[in-house]
Amino acid sequence: MFKLLSRYANPLDLMHFGIMGMNQRNVNYIGRYNKRKLYPLVDNKLKTKEMAIAHHVTTPKLLGTIKNQHDVTNFLKIIGDNQEFCIKPAQGSGGKGILAITSRQDTLFIKASGQGINNHDVRRHLSNILAGLFSLGGKPDIALIESLIHFDPVFDGYSYEGVPDTRVIVFQGFPIMAMMRLSTAASDGKANLHQGAVGVGICMRTGKAVRAVQHNDPIKFHPDTDKNLFELKVPHWLEVLTLAASCYNMSGLGYIGTDIVLDRDLGPMLLELNARPGLAIQTANNAGLLPRLRLIEALPNRQSMSVSERVAFARDHFGVFES
Amino acid sequence: MVSRGVFYVVTAILFVVGILFIGYQHVTFEIPFTPGQMRKVWTVEAKVEFEPTGSGAATVDLSLPAVQPGVTQLKQSTAGLGFGTTYIYHDDGASYVQWTKRNPAGLQTLYYRADFLMDDTAQDSSMTVPELKQNVEPEPYLTAMRSIAESALQRSSNPFSLAVQAISIINSNTEESTLLLSSYKKPELLVHILELAKIPSRIVGVLTLEDGRRNRNLSPRVAVFDGTQYEIFNPFTGDSGVGPNELIWNNHDGSILDIQGGTNAQVSFSIIKNSMSASEAGHLKVETMQASGKDVLSLSIDTLPIEEQSLFKSILLLPIGVLIVVFLRILIGIKTSGTFMPVLIAMAFLQTSLLVGLIGFVSIVCIGLIVRSWLSHLNLLLVARISAVIITVIVLIGAISIITYKIGLTEGIKVTFFPMIILSWTIERMSILWEEEGYREVLKQGGGSLFVAVCAFLAMNSEVIQHITFNFLGLQFVILALVLIMGNYTGFRLTELKRFKPLSQKIIEAHEQGVPYEADRLNAKRKELKANPHQTIKKWEEEHKLKEDPLNPQNESDK
Repeated sequence: MFKLLSRYANPLDLMHFGIMGMNQRNVNYIGRYNKRKLYPLVDNKLKTKEMAIAHHVTTPKLLGTIKNQHDVTNFLKIIGDNQEFCIKPAQGSGGKGILAITSRQDTLFIKASGQGINNHDVRRHLSNILAGLFSLGGKPDIALIESLIHFDPVFDGYSYEGVPDTRVIVFQGFPIMAMMRLSTAASDGKANLHQGAVGVGICMRTGKAVRAVQHNDPIKFHPDTDKNLFELKVPHWLEVLTLAASCYNMSGLGYIGTDIVLDRDLGPMLLELNARPGLAIQTANNAGLLPRLRLIEALPNRQSMSVSERVAFARDHFGVFES
Repeated sequence: MVSRGVFYVVTAILFVVGILFIGYQHVTFEIPFTPGQMRKVWTVEAKVEFEPTGSGAATVDLSLPAVQPGVTQLKQSTAGLGFGTTYIYHDDGASYVQWTKRNPAGLQTLYYRADFLMDDTAQDSSMTVPELKQNVEPEPYLTAMRSIAESALQRSSNPFSLAVQAISIINSNTEESTLLLSSYKKPELLVHILELAKIPSRIVGVLTLEDGRRNRNLSPRVAVFDGTQYEIFNPFTGDSGVGPNELIWNNHDGSILDIQGGTNAQVSFSIIKNSMSASEAGHLKVETMQASGKDVLSLSIDTLPIEEQSLFKSILLLPIGVLIVVFLRILIGIKTSGTFMPVLIAMAFLQTSLLVGLIGFVSIVCIGLIVRSWLSHLNLLLVARISAVIITVIVLIGAISIITYKIGLTEGIKVTFFPMIILSWTIERMSILWEEEGYREVLKQGGGSLFVAVCAFLAMNSEVIQHITFNFLGLQFVILALVLIMGNYTGFRLTELKRFKPLSQKIIEAHEQGVPYEADRLNAKRKELKANPHQTIKKWEEEHKLKEDPLNPQNESDK
């Protein structure tokens, strides 16, 4: 009996540490601060992109969209001479249906994994996206073709296949907590923690790694590349936080997860927004979200603060390392 | 955003209304909270036979059964070939059924039939206090009666004990009683003696109820009054009260049967015992009350036609399944494939029985997944693929029905109760899940769904729950209130306690190594801020200026 109980955390401890549970998040944060009518802005990547362009928020370049089945044959025209590109469903979730092509050899398209696929396979993938295979509830969808992101060389060795991205939780325009998600062989190149990606908690003040976890267990080295994860430091950290914080002004959603990638040439870019960000970020940071969120809720002048003031506030109060 | 206060008030109102409604139905309709309670219902048929005198019209008055405590009359009907029927209710409590016919010929038979519910809550009585008559019996009987009355009066303290004493003297073979009994019947004699003692009394007819008896007659009893109180005495034995299987038929001064234009009239009773479910009896009783003009609000499924009732029976169970899904998802955190798919599966289990349902469900989903994996190689469009899966599921269900029927397992036919579209979507979703997240997640969600379905089935299959949901509509309000309250739960799910165990452990370990809790630091800041917002913010701004920023653009470029 005692053994069974010891597998469960004491709820009083969790409350003391301010760890947020699913119900708490849904009722008190998502339900209260995210207006339902704004959801389509983040659930549809095309709309997010249009909105980002309008607000001068950097995003990967859109090469074109495919909206109908008969446009599928046009995709060669859309990609033109681009040797590398990325196909995404506009309403995909959890990284489903993303096809990244890193180079072309004659008629073959080479995927990030090195596997070559032909024209027919790409079209089939596009058809699947349009039919709603990857979208929530199987709704018909749109395929986006974007230019490929070249991730910053400082991340070399930190990620297996996929792009390492930075997830920043933004509450009322304040960056609250951040982590990097590094894909692994176990996660099949995807950045989802529950599929086996590595989560690295990031100090809000410095951009340095605080702690790394895979499958809830703390680790020190990347399982595939053996790189020391504690040496990780996100470059352009101030810009990353500023970009994340400005997503609140842009979307109007009070509680969002912003996924930011660092491009070698173009710097931090907004990849997508998530109106229902997950809770695993707490495990990666070894800290609960609630004390940070509650401090912001107690701030009387939060609505009148500028983006840079909000970022400064977050860095002053939510940092783990002092310098 | 609706304020919390309003929310709690609305929820509380729903809850209270539900409970009150349940209470109302329990009290008014006497619906028990547990199923299977039966009530005794006696069907009594009075048969009246007479020969017409041959000259013109005949009128027959049969006294109607009395309203009395412990018994509720549910319905009555009459039959008589060519007779007109009227019910006559007099102010003095006497009531009759009157049959009339212009030219009866030959032996006439009339029937009156009524159902009586044995009902402890019935308190009404139609008995009226009789007028006290002057005893005008001839001598020597009067003297004998007076002597009995006087000795009974000496040995008694009130009208009832006086009646008991009088009965015992009458039955004691004294000279006087022998004399009196030679010309009086016992009940009649008792009434005359009581007249001398100035106690009003009356002879009433009582029918003893025994199952399957025919040609019964009323037996006479004497009702003795003390003011408006009365008690029934058996003049032959001196016993008081009415037995549990005795029915007072005739409780007024009139005769049981009056006939004009006929002779050789006689009435006899036959009796059948039925039992009826308590809720059915309750509804019949309310119907009778409504028929007699009492205002009773009837909001029950029982008023619908039978076919709709059986439909409602399953619809009203759904909220129970939904409640269980809400509980298991919000408080426990079990993952299911499709939110309410488990409830629909559980509904199908109700039709098939659990074991057959489980075997059928698992085999259909497994075969469906195999077919679906082959379909995914064909690169079909979504709608076509789902349609193909639906057709496959239907073929599978058909095949299972036929094969099991052929080998003699009639249970197998019931797989047709499975919701096919839901099954197809389940297969589709699980197949995608398999491709994307691996078989573990499929087993987890599939197992979770089945677990929830079995829980919902066990709840919905319980006879008590079926009885309560069907009979008490108020329960739906209570369930609604519970669901609303659970929708407001912001605490941890049971599975989250497990999920965050490593996290809480690491935080505690770090604390033991000297790292202060971040939560404590931030909570202290929050308190400071709340106590004095402006000064605190200013103080923080000062601190900010003093701090050296490692990310200063100049510093950054140095690196």
